[in-house]
Amino acid sequence: MPSNVRPLADAPLSGTWSCPLPLRDYPTIVIGHGGGGQLGNELVEHLFKPAFSNDALDRMADSTVLALPPGRIAYSTDSFVVRPLEFPGGSIGALAVNGTVNDLAMSGARPLYLSAGFILEEGLPMAVLGRIVTDMAAAAREAGVRIVTGDTKVVERGHGDGCYINTSGLGVIADGIDIAPQRAEVGDVVLVSGTIGDHGMAIMSVREGLEFDTTIVSDCASLASLVADMLAVTPDIHVLRDPTRGGLASSLNEIAAASGVGIVIRESALPVLPQVASACEILGMDPVFVANEGKLLAIVPPQHAMDMLAAMRAHPRGANAAIIGEVTASHPGMLVARTAIGAQRVIAMQLGEQLPRIC
Amino acid sequence: MKYLAEFRDGDIAQKLAADIRAITTRPWAIMEVCGGQTHSILRNGIDQLLPPEVELIHGPGCPVCVTPLDMIDKALAIAALPGVIFTSFGDMLRVPGSEKDLFRVKSEGGDVRIVYSPLDAVQIARENPAKQVVFFGIGFETTAPANAMAVHLAKREGLGNFSMLVSHVLVPPAIDAIMSAPGNRVQAFLAAGHVCSVMGFWQYPPLATRHAVPIVITGFEPLDVLEGIRRTVQCLETADYRVDNAYARVVTFDGNAPAQALLAEVFTVTDRAWRGIGVIPASGWRLSDAYADYDAEHRFDVGAIRTVESALCRAGEVLQGSIKPSQCEAFGTQCTPRTPLGATMVSSEGACAAYFNYGRFHTLERATVG
Repeated sequence: MPSNVRPLADAPLSGTWSCPLPLRDYPTIVIGHGGGGQLGNELVEHLFKPAFSNDALDRMADSTVLALPPGRIAYSTDSFVVRPLEFPGGSIGALAVNGTVNDLAMSGARPLYLSAGFILEEGLPMAVLGRIVTDMAAAAREAGVRIVTGDTKVVERGHGDGCYINTSGLGVIADGIDIAPQRAEVGDVVLVSGTIGDHGMAIMSVREGLEFDTTIVSDCASLASLVADMLAVTPDIHVLRDPTRGGLASSLNEIAAASGVGIVIRESALPVLPQVASACEILGMDPVFVANEGKLLAIVPPQHAMDMLAAMRAHPRGANAAIIGEVTASHPGMLVARTAIGAQRVIAMQLGEQLPRIC
Repeated sequence: MKYLAEFRDGDIAQKLAADIRAITTRPWAIMEVCGGQTHSILRNGIDQLLPPEVELIHGPGCPVCVTPLDMIDKALAIAALPGVIFTSFGDMLRVPGSEKDLFRVKSEGGDVRIVYSPLDAVQIARENPAKQVVFFGIGFETTAPANAMAVHLAKREGLGNFSMLVSHVLVPPAIDAIMSAPGNRVQAFLAAGHVCSVMGFWQYPPLATRHAVPIVITGFEPLDVLEGIRRTVQCLETADYRVDNAYARVVTFDGNAPAQALLAEVFTVTDRAWRGIGVIPASGWRLSDAYADYDAEHRFDVGAIRTVESALCRAGEVLQGSIKPSQCEAFGTQCTPRTPLGATMVSSEGACAAYFNYGRFHTLERATVG
């Protein structure tokens, strides 16, 4: 074993779960872990199964048989390719669970089951994979979902960024809930559950080696229980959306287009952490376009807005919730911001990622 | 940020706008030289607060926009070479060359990396001694000191694998060229505050006198821009053709002496082509003879570049203030951020991109969020 690689059993793993032998024989992923033989079985038996253990998964059948409660089924899938694999406030494992859980929650579903597909790169330290899997298990526990089926493939060194994860999820939508991007109505109120841009700037600060005075921490989190509390205020939430890639601006543009309405936001009402605002300022970026992984946008009828705001603020994931704007009949399909100096501007969708400015 | 919030106060902005309206008696055409100011004006909606008599003309101060096409094509050619790590600020990657952009070169296998400082490129050179590391050194006097420092460091450390593709441009010669051009409409300038923070403003009084044009050194926050416009209109209304410093918290008359000394050592003034405008005499910097070994144009054989500029693109007229972006026939149709014909539609500081992204409110009803 190379001297700079610690055996997994000694590696710091978050939580109480620790990986047993014999994975220590291979401190890194080797091609054989994806070959369907003993090594692959050991990965499942000694890593995935103990971490994710539940009745459905533990049966180890070719497919998992699930009994779903009554209601409409929500079904979503997402792939996660983030670099670095671990970052302040989370990891690709936490993202892979929370991302799909949140996609289910945004349709008003109670998330129930997830699949997990891993594409691992030869050479990935087993300790890193151990922490990723531990994070997934913790995130699943917090969100109240079970990981019931999975798959592992290994690609040769140089053909991946260490680890890619795909998750698919099933949830159930109770009767009386109809949440969709087409449902924004003129007069509705727009709320956001907290500060924007935290995740994108956290990733950028570690990926690009940017040093700021304070560490920016990702907001990666499950929103399922926040949504449950919001639905308790009224099932008549018109739109929910987690503004991930493309940020708040892309999500609100998509909603405006889908509903054929205009959306107006007040820039001064947008919650942004000072350190995120400063980092954006330095790089010439606009926090409305920066990714979030633990925030939601809600569009609700005006008569429920204040109660909804109170319910969101009473939840730990919504402590900084704010009313940021409203749905309007003017400029259908467009997002407009009221600027701090009392003018207005169109916030259009970005073509791709925001690029830092030259000066 | 607490220091910035003071310069974004909505009530003070409204008061400044009212002051401008009160002193304006006839039409004036004012050019903001810097792309950062264009961006601030359209992002904050400053132009919406001004009286109709005050016309803001967007100047050539977007470094990405004015980098000549042959320099972009040279960058593309160098970036595609095996064994080269080509480094650049992010917003250069989408600028179209004759056939492609740096993103395309990257997708085709070129090792193109975004950096946040030229010193990062020097660090990459230290860490990759077997590769040639090239930094795309563009920009005005604002970015030049850091670029000069990067070359200076590379030479001091004897880093034989670092070089810079230099296309620096200078503001005062551009002001002179705009005022000297036939058909010029510009009557006053908001000078670029960040440029002046480096260079001071000792170069401007002769320009103001020669062309009978007020020049007001102006910052970038909404209140900075409004105060700059207020002072400019005041000068115009009283025929007071002087240089005024409205950005005194950052800019001094003499500027940053150590930075200017470094620039004088590393760079030499040269004639420079501006994309869309043409060659302006003594309007740029190249590496001085003492640093010629670090010039990427010398190190790599890219002399046979043939450039093909779009026949439809009128970016040059936009950059000189002759037309507004929306007056170009291709604006928003053949030319969009997805299908840019010129750099002004690509750069975040480009006037065409700013108009496309922010400017559509001109057609909107006033929204009503309190």
